[in-house]
Amino acid sequence: MTLITPADSPEDRIGAVRDTPVGEVDPRIDHSHGTESQWQLIRRRFAKHRLAVISLWILGLFVFVAVFAGFVAPNDPGNVKARYTYAPPQALHFIDRSDEGWSFRPHVYGYKVEIEPEALRRTFVIDEEKKIYLTFFKRSWDYKLFGLIPTDIHLLGPEKTRDPFYLFGADRLGRDMFSRLVYGTQISLSVGLVGVIMSLVLGVIIGGAAGYFGGWFDAVTQRAIEFLRSLPTIPLWMGLAAAMPSDWSPLQTYFAITLILSFLGWTELARVVRGRFLALNGEDYVAAARYDGCSHLRVIVRHMVPAFTSHIITAASLAVPAMILAETALSFLGLGLQAPVISWGVLLQEAQNIRTLATAPWLLLPGAAIVIAVLAMNFIGDGLRDAADPYAK
Amino acid sequence: MTTTVLEVRGLSVAFPHRKGETTAISDVSFDLKLGETTCFVGESGSGKSVTARAVLNIVEPAVIKSGAINLVDVKAGQRIELSGLDPDGAEIRAVRGARIAMIFQEPMSSLSPVHTIGQQIIEAILLHQDVDAAGARAKAIEALRAVQIANPEEAIDKYPFEYSGGMRQRAMIAMALGCEPDILIADEPTTALDVTTQAEILKLLKGLQDTRDMAVMFITHDMGVVAEIADQVVVMLHGAVVETGPVDQVFHAPTHAYTKKLLKAALGLDEAPHGRIAPASDEVLIETRGLSLAFPSKKKLLKKRKVGVQALDDVSIALKRGEILGIVGESGSGKTTLARVLMGRFQPQEGTALYHSRDGGTRDLTDKASFRDGQVYREMRMIFQDPYGSLNPRMTVEQIIGEPLLVGGLLKGAALRKRVGELLERVGLPASAMERYPHAFSGGQRQRIGIARAIALDPRVIIADEATSALDGSIRAQILDLLLALRDELDLAILFIAHDIGVVRYFCDRVAVMHRGRVVETGTALQICDAPQDPYTQRLIAAVPIPDPRKRHLVA
Repeated sequence: MTLITPADSPEDRIGAVRDTPVGEVDPRIDHSHGTESQWQLIRRRFAKHRLAVISLWILGLFVFVAVFAGFVAPNDPGNVKARYTYAPPQALHFIDRSDEGWSFRPHVYGYKVEIEPEALRRTFVIDEEKKIYLTFFKRSWDYKLFGLIPTDIHLLGPEKTRDPFYLFGADRLGRDMFSRLVYGTQISLSVGLVGVIMSLVLGVIIGGAAGYFGGWFDAVTQRAIEFLRSLPTIPLWMGLAAAMPSDWSPLQTYFAITLILSFLGWTELARVVRGRFLALNGEDYVAAARYDGCSHLRVIVRHMVPAFTSHIITAASLAVPAMILAETALSFLGLGLQAPVISWGVLLQEAQNIRTLATAPWLLLPGAAIVIAVLAMNFIGDGLRDAADPYAK
Repeated sequence: MTTTVLEVRGLSVAFPHRKGETTAISDVSFDLKLGETTCFVGESGSGKSVTARAVLNIVEPAVIKSGAINLVDVKAGQRIELSGLDPDGAEIRAVRGARIAMIFQEPMSSLSPVHTIGQQIIEAILLHQDVDAAGARAKAIEALRAVQIANPEEAIDKYPFEYSGGMRQRAMIAMALGCEPDILIADEPTTALDVTTQAEILKLLKGLQDTRDMAVMFITHDMGVVAEIADQVVVMLHGAVVETGPVDQVFHAPTHAYTKKLLKAALGLDEAPHGRIAPASDEVLIETRGLSLAFPSKKKLLKKRKVGVQALDDVSIALKRGEILGIVGESGSGKTTLARVLMGRFQPQEGTALYHSRDGGTRDLTDKASFRDGQVYREMRMIFQDPYGSLNPRMTVEQIIGEPLLVGGLLKGAALRKRVGELLERVGLPASAMERYPHAFSGGQRQRIGIARAIALDPRVIIADEATSALDGSIRAQILDLLLALRDELDLAILFIAHDIGVVRYFCDRVAVMHRGRVVETGTALQICDAPQDPYTQRLIAAVPIPDPRKRHLVA
């Protein structure tokens, strides 16, 4: 085949109408940014969503805490200290004002125990005389980083290991709420993530097949999804959780719980995926890909999946908080994870009692963590949804 | 004696964004006079619609930067300056709908699907006129009668989906005229309609204007329509007015180079001699006999399926080597269905469709299995109508054009890049375009990319489904010329599906006219366009606007 450029071809008929080969360029259009890929466009749109960007940083902090739980936690979360039952939170101070002047020396104040005369109840009072100095990268109790590397270095700890250090107060057994919250983050976030990944796999495969091939498979899965979604969730979870053998180890329960949560979670994602497949099936460029000789697999993987990965990520990022809330609800009701596993829901179980709430309101702090994490993830999901399709008008 | 009812002076509109602003229109001035039609012509993006919206002060998110829009109340002798009014205020809302009414291009999306036609017209009347509900209903029926909707007493209680496209546009006009405005703004009101319906709507608009003495601001990109109905013409380019004047002067003594170019593109298609010198060879590539396809009506629970739409009815065509065969018809005539049958998307209930492949074999296109090895798709390629939807926005131009070569295992790596570069240059784009994504290109450029993808495999047949109907006039001519040149070079046979008679006349060797699933007439392009035999073809040809105001035949 010989190729002639248009300039060489004869100026026949209305050929004079033909102007510059590229056509007349409107001077108002900026053509300089035609080389950006989909992800670059998405990132730029996402960056415009301030709240989502801030939420991303907050979530990043949560993830850091979850991954480096042992490093961040100053105390062993299971360590019972009966002397400090319901000890209130200590404020963290960085500047030490002593007789010699000012110096940077992080410290907290110690406790003084007072007995209330009428109720004969022990209460803790912060004792400003007693300064507990803190050191960074303190070596104290042993843990395994990532569950693999044995170490005993912690971000922050009291100089004397036996001194009390309760940033968020202590619970009924004198355990450090802050350390427990840190460990709870690990479990709660991973339940949400693992649950969503499992539902995502189910949802993408089932929803994708239903949307792409249609027919009886589509009809059957759609009815199944409708049936599953019509079940009331809490009684179903309760039933499934009750069916779990009580002699299972905490790890087994943990996996069983995520499985139960994703048992319903996949339906939502399957619908999103199916809808995208149906919409994309009608696109000209998908038809063009078929005419280009692409196999089913290549049409799906190369042409259709990239068109909705951003939508999937959005749907998934909105599903994570739902998973976390579901786990919390189950654990709060005593049906989900059980002590000694620490999750936000398990921690909140302690806050069920109105009396403890009156004396130790800091036990509600895991609730604050849940609210912040869920809000952040919802904002990120919002931002992603706005940015998901950079080609939408 | 004509009275000026709207004066626009030095109007500028800009879209603000992060880094400064983009000017949409700058320094636009014109007058609208009662009883006159002023046509705004220009290609897409020239600022015609923005100008119309600025008159109604509905340009959000853009802002009117400067200029004056003076609306003259002829009876009261008052003038209102519209551009300074609050876009959401009571004053401008009293003007919209009552003094200035607008009709849009897309009659389906501008009517609410959940209200009856009557409710929507009555709402507009009640908002602006001091009448009770019964009076408004009577007025609405009167308005529907004025736009020649048969049996308006019944039609008023129907929903938009029960109307055809032309009837919807009539209903839109009735709604716009319900309050007897002085100015009617029509934004491409006939672009989405078939050519025979377009002729009826144009006739209707002209008749209404004469009886009511309105000023009409008519926006279009079709020079034929302009020639048919305009009194005054405003030509816009890149947001500025480049030429204004009476229609005869603009068409027969244009001064600006761009006007000349527009006219040449429009006239070129109509007057250019049909240039096929060598007759097509006798080797038949695609041959269909008695193709019939009926879409069943939707399956209902516990009910028997009824016979639905007869999309194809006894269709027999033959496409010869090196020939351009046009398939012409209005929407719903079955021309796209025919293309889809040939591409194996649908299987007909009756008839045969054979493709004679390069290696001498014969493939049965009605059998899905003959597409399985991909040979048919290598030799028969498709060009799509929508230049935006047919290119994957997530792939670079190189990946898009290279896809058939890569999938077919023909080329890869540097050789593929080189070939893609050659193909791009062949379709008139720089080879450097291959690193960009489709969103960097205009409609015409995207269509060139689609053509490059189609010819990448050195095909024998190209099926072009309305390949130029989404493009502006001069761009359309460029794309047609490109296809003609490629046909000669590569010895292509092109099955060209179109509704635009001008394009068909210019581009095709032979034409088959389709109507309600049947081929009603087949002949050479000149025979069909100049001496049609079938009554339907005659009606179709007669409805085509001619881009010369001295040859008006639709609205006179």
